Amino acid sequence: MNSARQPALLDLRGIAKSFPGVHALSDVDFTLHKGEVHALLGENGAGKSTLIKVLTGIHRRDAGTMHLEGQPIDLHDPADAQRLGIGTVYQEVNLLPNLTVAENIYLGRQPTRLGFVDRRRMARDARALLAGYGLDIDVNAALGDFSVAVQQLVAIARAADLSARILILDEPTASLDAQEVATMFAMVRQLKAQGLGIVFVTHFLDQVYEIANRITVLRNGRLVGSHATADLPRLDLVRLMLGKELAEIESADHAHGPGRGGLCASFRDFGKRRYLAPFDLDIHEGEVIGIAGLLGSGRTETAKLIFGIERADRGEVLVDGASARLAAPRDAIALGFGFCPEDRKTEGIVGELSVRENIILALQARRGWIKPIPAAEQKRIAEEFVRRLDIRTTDIEKPIELLSGGNQQKALLARWLATNPRILILDEPTRGIDVGAHAEIIRLIRELCGRGMSLLVISSELDEITVYSDRVVVLADRRHVGELRAAEISPRSIMAAIAGTDAPVAQQERPA
Amino acid sequence: MTRHLKAAAPQLAALFLVLLANWIVFPEFFHIRVQDGRLYGSLVDVFNRGAPVALLAIGMTLVIATRGIDLSVGAVMAIAGATAATLVNDGHGAMTAIAAALAVGLLCGLWNGILVALLDIQPIIATLILMVAGRGIAQLITEGQIVTFVDPALIFMGSGAIAGIPMPVILAFLALCVTLFLYRRTALGLLTEAIGINRRASAYAGVNARAVLLVAYAWCGLTASLAGIIAAADIKGADANNAGLWLELDAILAVVIGGTSLFGGRFRLVLSFVGALIIQAMNTGILLSGFKPEFNLIVKAFVILVLLLMQSGASGALLDRLALIRSRPRLAPEGKEVS
Repeated sequence: MNSARQPALLDLRGIAKSFPGVHALSDVDFTLHKGEVHALLGENGAGKSTLIKVLTGIHRRDAGTMHLEGQPIDLHDPADAQRLGIGTVYQEVNLLPNLTVAENIYLGRQPTRLGFVDRRRMARDARALLAGYGLDIDVNAALGDFSVAVQQLVAIARAADLSARILILDEPTASLDAQEVATMFAMVRQLKAQGLGIVFVTHFLDQVYEIANRITVLRNGRLVGSHATADLPRLDLVRLMLGKELAEIESADHAHGPGRGGLCASFRDFGKRRYLAPFDLDIHEGEVIGIAGLLGSGRTETAKLIFGIERADRGEVLVDGASARLAAPRDAIALGFGFCPEDRKTEGIVGELSVRENIILALQARRGWIKPIPAAEQKRIAEEFVRRLDIRTTDIEKPIELLSGGNQQKALLARWLATNPRILILDEPTRGIDVGAHAEIIRLIRELCGRGMSLLVISSELDEITVYSDRVVVLADRRHVGELRAAEISPRSIMAAIAGTDAPVAQQERPA
Repeated sequence: MTRHLKAAAPQLAALFLVLLANWIVFPEFFHIRVQDGRLYGSLVDVFNRGAPVALLAIGMTLVIATRGIDLSVGAVMAIAGATAATLVNDGHGAMTAIAAALAVGLLCGLWNGILVALLDIQPIIATLILMVAGRGIAQLITEGQIVTFVDPALIFMGSGAIAGIPMPVILAFLALCVTLFLYRRTALGLLTEAIGINRRASAYAGVNARAVLLVAYAWCGLTASLAGIIAAADIKGADANNAGLWLELDAILAVVIGGTSLFGGRFRLVLSFVGALIIQAMNTGILLSGFKPEFNLIVKAFVILVLLLMQSGASGALLDRLALIRSRPRLAPEGKEVS
């Protein structure tokens, strides 16, 4: 693609970075050429953000070398990176919405005349700069008046103008629609043609294949592969990201629960613009539906739409055959839904309240404030679940924030079980908890659906999902892209579905 | 019960110390006499004068528990006083006037609640609006005058007594009991604490955060209007400019002294009430001691600082550090800061 005789634009060798207790990066190499779009991919905790922070001078590397066009460089702070021509655009626009477009572009380097800011020249320059990208907007209007997409384009224009060598795009398309992504990509192609090296971080595989020349994948802080896009089929990419070798995969044991019960809830053409593409989903009594996909593929978004946290702007939901309203969590709870969020601390527990109060909270909220659960009853409920779920706490009056992650998770599970829900959504129920609690939660999932409760379980652990799911819904790029049933479910078939190459899987089944 | 007492120890100790100090500077502090069927004395005065702030502190506690604040309570006092005074002078009965004043207070509270709960405006800004505008509204009601009145039933609210106990004290205790009943006998208290600690998690658990916020602000407006009626009845007139002036700050202080965190969450109504009494006991004590009233503010500030340090637990660390500095002044590595 690029002449190999020339030194690479950016060459990182053996980069390592640790934080107390974690090796965020170890021995990572990364090479970026001029006129190249290089996708940097990986799941949660893979080390993408750390690498970018090393690149932009926010973190100092612990070991390794960095060369820019053959010259060794050493970054001490973000200003160093900017001086050397390394610019960054983040997912959240980090410009100032109350200033004008022109002011944002020239912030900190305004053209001056006799010591005063030359506003006219600034506006003229800004207009010319944006016109170069085919963007014709009022540069004297406040940036905040424009759509997120336009703000992103302005941010890219500013970064390219400032830096002009390397541009790092950290999930710039996360909140854009297809049309806006196309506009941004036109701009990225233009910068690429100008000879910039572009590092592109995203969760959208379609976009990777559309624009990237090379792909580098990190996992657990290590480099797992760097390939030309053309040489890396999607399935292999997904495998690299999730860390499964085909040889390791065994057909999971499908000793699954009883046959499906009646239809409990069904979602038709249910979706929200810029959030999740419309999907259809039927939930039957006593079934476990696994929800699989890469980080950012729309798993949590699915849960939040179903639970009414985000309001769907199209489609409908039928519960027991009747159309239901789903505009807030309270509506969902009234329908018999429950939701254990992934982010326990900010969305799950009420930290200073006791274990008892946390457990009865949803039940109490449903009964209404006027009908308090009697103290003795609260104690009975809390003690029962502490015993049944084996929640380790010295006292049900202990603030829940003092419990370990696994026990907090079990207490949240208890909160919903106390309401006796029909459908329980668990978002990464086993994340960040120890192995023992992990196994117990999986056992609980099986037990609950055995009693007729329906479960939607989101997990990044494909082995885990394979073990308990009757059905797996696969997501990619904020869309439901596939559904696997009983015998079809295996880590490999899930990965194939994520990669969008589900057709040949059935034939490739290995002999047992 | 013992747990409750233990949690209340700093406040009760502070109240005891302030009362003790008052007794030392003014030996007759605890003398109580009966005159015309009403109790008189400095101690009675503490309760009587402290009643308006205690009432404000009740409502303020609920609002602060939701992680909010209500700066408008002083202005609401003025509006309620003006409403009651104007109505009795227009020939309405005292009961009508009082009911109308309470209703106006409730409306003021609902207004704040709507701004905070439905429009998501930051509480300090949302209630600042009524804090500023409220005095104007009160002046419009009184037409810029101090409206004096002679209606005995209304005056009774400020200076009357039942079974020897001054009306303001009775009303404040009554309000405390009703609020305790409303919040602690129902689940409202728990839901309030839950949204104060983690509004998002509470909403995900199905708590109707907006309704809980509305009730807290509305109740705060209601208690403020009762305080306003008492303040007006006490001076037999409604002064739109000065009624309840700066009392929102005393109310916030009372809540903080009572141990409720400004970050919301766990709240303690009875201790906020005690906090209001501590503040009033200091005011009365300084007055009785013969110090110039100017000292009042400085002494108050100092006592409050000490009290808050005692609660914060930072005092322990501070004392340790002071002890350390004193014990090894010359051994410190940087010899420059030797005292």
